[in-house]
Amino acid sequence: MRRVLPALALPVVLIAAWWVASAGSTSFFWPPLRTIVEAFPRTWTADPLVNDVLPSLARLAIGYLAAVVAGVALGVAIGSSRTLRELSEPLLEFLRAVPPPVLVPVIALFAGYTGWTSKIITIALGCVWPVLLNTIEGVRSLDEVLRDTARSYRFGRVATLWHVVLRGASPRIVTGARQALSIGVILMVISELFGADRGLGAAIVQFQRGFAIPQMWTGIILLGLIGVALSGLFRLVEHRTLAWYRGLRQAERGA
Amino acid sequence: MTVILNVDGLAKTYTGHGREVEAIRDLTFQIHKGELVCIVGPSGAGKTTLLRCVAGLLDSSGGEIELDGASVKEPPPGMAVVFQEYGRSLFPWLTVRKNVELPLREKGLGKADRRAKVEAALDAVGLRDSADAHPWQLSGGMQQRVAIARAVAYEPSVLLMDEPFAAVDAQTRADLEDLVRRLWLQLGVTVLFVTHDIDESVYLGQRVLVLSNRPTVVLEDVRIDLPDERDQLGTRSSARFSELRGHVYELIQLAKKGHRPASPPSAG
Repeated sequence: MRRVLPALALPVVLIAAWWVASAGSTSFFWPPLRTIVEAFPRTWTADPLVNDVLPSLARLAIGYLAAVVAGVALGVAIGSSRTLRELSEPLLEFLRAVPPPVLVPVIALFAGYTGWTSKIITIALGCVWPVLLNTIEGVRSLDEVLRDTARSYRFGRVATLWHVVLRGASPRIVTGARQALSIGVILMVISELFGADRGLGAAIVQFQRGFAIPQMWTGIILLGLIGVALSGLFRLVEHRTLAWYRGLRQAERGA
Repeated sequence: MTVILNVDGLAKTYTGHGREVEAIRDLTFQIHKGELVCIVGPSGAGKTTLLRCVAGLLDSSGGEIELDGASVKEPPPGMAVVFQEYGRSLFPWLTVRKNVELPLREKGLGKADRRAKVEAALDAVGLRDSADAHPWQLSGGMQQRVAIARAVAYEPSVLLMDEPFAAVDAQTRADLEDLVRRLWLQLGVTVLFVTHDIDESVYLGQRVLVLSNRPTVVLEDVRIDLPDERDQLGTRSSARFSELRGHVYELIQLAKKGHRPASPPSAG
């Protein structure tokens, strides 16, 4: 309770301020918050939830998970081999500097504008970089003594990969995955801005073009809520897998 | 007595950045089954290089290392290593029990067998109550006990210890030295113990191999004829201990000055 209260305090204050400040608003683009809240349940009924929100989230999940799997797999390979690292480093730096939204039209050329494929590829291509680069760094900076220990006890390939490399790199992998998640949410929306018919991002754009301003605002709020929910979910996973890391860090600070 | 570890003419030269550094020139010695042998030498004598070569973690540039009659080219099955950096050689994401158990699982032991060996090893080092803790929850001395338990549970032909107590405080160090003596007497393991501490080498060993400075050869193979039952107070204040300690000390001083044996001594 003591930890939840401060986390809620600021949002409550800001919402109250928004409510009060916008209460008498007659501006078309800044409707009173009250109007927006009233529009929310009318806008997000079962049909848009099933046909817009869920498909968007499904595409996000597929693209994100594909990026995490590919990023970790490639990252372990590159991080474990000096040659591979030296070969790929300039290329990776170049590719990661290209903003993923720029790629949307290019991807659409190959995968089509409307289907799921182009959107999933967009999300995956954007999410893969933080995972990949963090995994490479995590694997590269694995303790030599741990590697020697694994070698001297003749760990097999699977045990070395699972118990030494992946577990050892997991704090960095999680850092990358967290960065990737917020990129993924952004790209989920952006991928729908160009010629998509349905989806959360497409719905927001359609509201805006149809001058349904309160509805547009509800869409933005819904996006924010999804972001909070996803980061909460992520924290839960992180809390379970990295308990040892928190303890280790605390012990090191105490010593 | 059977020779369990045979090091014959071992040489190691590091090359890199256009420079060659000859760390080990010609090391020859043998360790028999059940012996506790200490290796001591001045700092920079290539002790760690020697140990890493023997452990199969480092390729040698010449000579031959045989464990149980088989040539060592990679980490051999019958070897366990306790590293100096205890905090970095334990897996922080595993509990103490899992740390000890994992090598046994990789060795292919069944579940019941593993459990029995893990329990016995943790019992032997006095860590039965900490089995479910993570290594970082333990003190430095206890962490090194975990590493020792892991090595002992593995039941190696030779247990290699690389300055294992260099990073713990003096009291803990004395406790751990007695632990090594006790485990050696109880379990009959063969131990090769590398240290830079002259007192420690004399207190622990049956033999002390004194190394020259780099490029390294064996200066002298000192037999430690102290009784098997040793204790920190009595043994260390005995006249014979002082004599042996003095002798090894003089050898180290000679080694530091660059003294080398006229011809490579034969081990044994």
